[in-house]
Amino acid sequence: MSDSPAPSAPKPSSSVKLVLLGEAAVGKSSLVLRFVNDAFEPNKEPTIGAAFLTQKCNLPNRTIKFEIWDTAGQERFASLAPMYYRNAQSALVVYDITKASSLVKAKHWIAELQRQASPGIVIALVGNKLDLVEDEEEGEAQEGEGEGEGEEDGKVRRVSTKEGKDYADEENLLFFETSAKSGHNVNEVFTAIANAIPETSLKGPRGGAGGATQAALGSGAQDNSRVNLNANADAGPKEGCAC
Amino acid sequence: MANPGSEDDTPTIKMDEPESRADGDGVSGLEQSREMTPPPLPPRPTTANLGLLDDRPTTADMGSLKLPKRTSRPHLQSQATTALSLTDIQIQSRGESASINSSPVSRDPSQKRSISRFGRFVNSSEDDSASTRSYAPTLDVPYDNVSMLGDEPSPAWKALNSQLDIDESLQLDEAFEDPLSERITLEFDDLEVRAGNGSNETVLLDQWSAKLKHFFVLSASGKPVYSRHGDDHLVSHYVGVAQTLISFYQGANDPLKTFTAGDTRFVMLAKGPLNLVAVSKIGESEAQLRNQLESLYMQVLSTLSLPSLEKIFSNRPSTDLRRPLQGTDVLLDGLSDGFTRGSPSTLLSSLECLRLRKTHRRIINDSLLKVRSPDLLYGLIVAAGRLVSVVRPKKHSLHPGDLHLIFNMLFEAGSVKAGGGENWIPLCLPGFNNTGFLYMYVSFLSPAEAAAVASSPVTAERPRTASDTEHTPSSDDLAIVFISPNKDAFYSLRSMRDSLITSLAQSKMLAALAAAMDAGRAPCSSILPGGTPLKHFLYKSRGNVQFTMPSFEPHFAGPIARRKLMTLYAHLHEVVHVRNSHLKVLHAVSREATALAWVTPVFELYCVAGPGVARQTVTQAANKVVQWIRKEEERVFIIGGAVF
Repeated sequence: MSDSPAPSAPKPSSSVKLVLLGEAAVGKSSLVLRFVNDAFEPNKEPTIGAAFLTQKCNLPNRTIKFEIWDTAGQERFASLAPMYYRNAQSALVVYDITKASSLVKAKHWIAELQRQASPGIVIALVGNKLDLVEDEEEGEAQEGEGEGEGEEDGKVRRVSTKEGKDYADEENLLFFETSAKSGHNVNEVFTAIANAIPETSLKGPRGGAGGATQAALGSGAQDNSRVNLNANADAGPKEGCAC
Repeated sequence: MANPGSEDDTPTIKMDEPESRADGDGVSGLEQSREMTPPPLPPRPTTANLGLLDDRPTTADMGSLKLPKRTSRPHLQSQATTALSLTDIQIQSRGESASINSSPVSRDPSQKRSISRFGRFVNSSEDDSASTRSYAPTLDVPYDNVSMLGDEPSPAWKALNSQLDIDESLQLDEAFEDPLSERITLEFDDLEVRAGNGSNETVLLDQWSAKLKHFFVLSASGKPVYSRHGDDHLVSHYVGVAQTLISFYQGANDPLKTFTAGDTRFVMLAKGPLNLVAVSKIGESEAQLRNQLESLYMQVLSTLSLPSLEKIFSNRPSTDLRRPLQGTDVLLDGLSDGFTRGSPSTLLSSLECLRLRKTHRRIINDSLLKVRSPDLLYGLIVAAGRLVSVVRPKKHSLHPGDLHLIFNMLFEAGSVKAGGGENWIPLCLPGFNNTGFLYMYVSFLSPAEAAAVASSPVTAERPRTASDTEHTPSSDDLAIVFISPNKDAFYSLRSMRDSLITSLAQSKMLAALAAAMDAGRAPCSSILPGGTPLKHFLYKSRGNVQFTMPSFEPHFAGPIARRKLMTLYAHLHEVVHVRNSHLKVLHAVSREATALAWVTPVFELYCVAGPGVARQTVTQAANKVVQWIRKEEERVFIIGGAVF
């Protein structure tokens, strides 16, 4: 497993910033939770804003430390996405194979990434919730998750493997179908991304984050939604908390 | 004011004071009582010759506390079992002993303000007997004429007594006649899943209407935005009815604020493009429900901000707001359930602090200031749901309502904790500024993780040992919350977190915090040694907008006992906060508890003792609480905090 600590020979280690994008409730957080903690939580509550997690991925000749931005999928957070994918070396765009509209949304994200993110960004397209349709698949997964909690009824595959794969090939993306619930293909996605990051774009241990910090701090775009502290000073007495 | 009188029998405090009558329910009972008592006093008695004895019947009417058990007995109105008496605080000064019985004199506000310490309660044997006998009509329900003075108890009460240790009666979970107790255990269960063919419609409806409390948010055009229980299909009729009622009265320029039906109270709140409705069967007052609705509205604003909410509806009044609010149901549910469960923090609109040595708190404050990032607006350290320290700019303070939203997001809704990482959350703090967004950095750390961060601050990686993967963040964790107006400040606040943890580890404050968290709240008996009669108390420091309380253990461990205790507190709070009540000290006696509420400009104190405890005893205990607070003030409260 890629997350087992490397005890002996220090391998070159580098940080890679990765951002997860995709429609609400397709399983972005669950994928991350599976990758980072090897856990699954049914009925997970929606992410608010974004969560930042780190996880190491050991490759034969080097260690990649993922700095993962798990973003919330709701529409109202979409305007914040640029600050997460800016300077990201990789992106994981997730859709739900039982929901056709989520692939449409994923294509929008991919278009936006190709237009606005760093030119060399490695993008993986991931169709999640494979466990929900396993009954009708052969050879896809052998975990056998027959005992779902009643959420399987009415769940049928709406996006075929071929449709996702063809689109990914067309756009030159990595492509996987995964199940965060069973763990199927989850580590493979991250390992494939780690392998696909070009050697040249890797910096020292803090390189990725450091660069991102500077970029992040330097950008002051879209200030109009910020609170102007001074303007508020004369807003009159408030029920103050002296703490 | 639309407030039809009804044969309302919710456990509510009846105030027979002219100004507040319009808000009170149970009007019919009060009307009756009037026939038997002298005419009501003018709102502010200024004449000094209001004799205590003449005054007494009205005084007894003025606040008769009904406790929650009463709900199941529909015909009871302010009867002897739950009478209370009102007295004013008197200054105990040597020259004044002669005036001790003329409590109305002390209504002079200037004299009130001069009260610098607690003296004694006006008290006499006459008062005592009067306080336990109500002057409300009892003729219609003679069997309930139970009093503390040994009147014939009702059969139910006798039956209960034979089975119970009276001292623990507040703890009764499966209480004999209290449907609320049974139902509250089901209150937070989800409804059944709707069957595809709608065959379980009736079951669903039964489950739905059995809920003790409902909250609805609807748009001004009547579209459902949020409902605590039930899906759209189920609630749409009711939302339609509510909308019709609201818009009918709005059309008449006389907005509907509240009404009651049986033991159910409905409260409406119109806020810009939204209407909010609360429906409660647990006997909360209109003001309390209104506060709860305000809080839900603040949560909506916190998600969207006021300008964007207004823009959404000015563009298209028929917009379905559920889409923009998608994913915030957990937050609204968290707030709603908190209100239903009853939390001291909500009741008192204040926060609780972790009890910590003064020197420790100062070291933590200094560390916060030392590592402060220029991007920081507010910083909070929260341990086990209680505030440890606050860092803030001099000219801004934190609004308690905003803090409540933050605490709800962090500790009630699981979304933030569950991820296990750090979080960066845009939010609007409406009490601070309802027009713009702030950005909140949140990091939950168990003490072990904090130690790991401190030992390797550069990489700042959460340790991934085998045991750690099983560690799910719990409320026992340390939460570090930094709020910035700058949406790109994540990394700078993150490194501030690392420096803070390093600094706290070096000064051994992490260990001190862990110890304080382990210690938890002290039980009443250890705060007030020597066999205190008090089972629980709430003390709110008004200036600091903070409160402190002892542990709920051992008397109020279960959720039902807790809810009953909170209901009692809510009643006390309501009575002393009715506008123009000028009430400083309130004794409330019931068959379940003896309670005292005491309000001064500096603090509010609510004490609960077992049944049958003498008022003097409770009074003495209350004094001891105040003495203890005075001694512990800088430990139990954050005074000032770290200000830059």
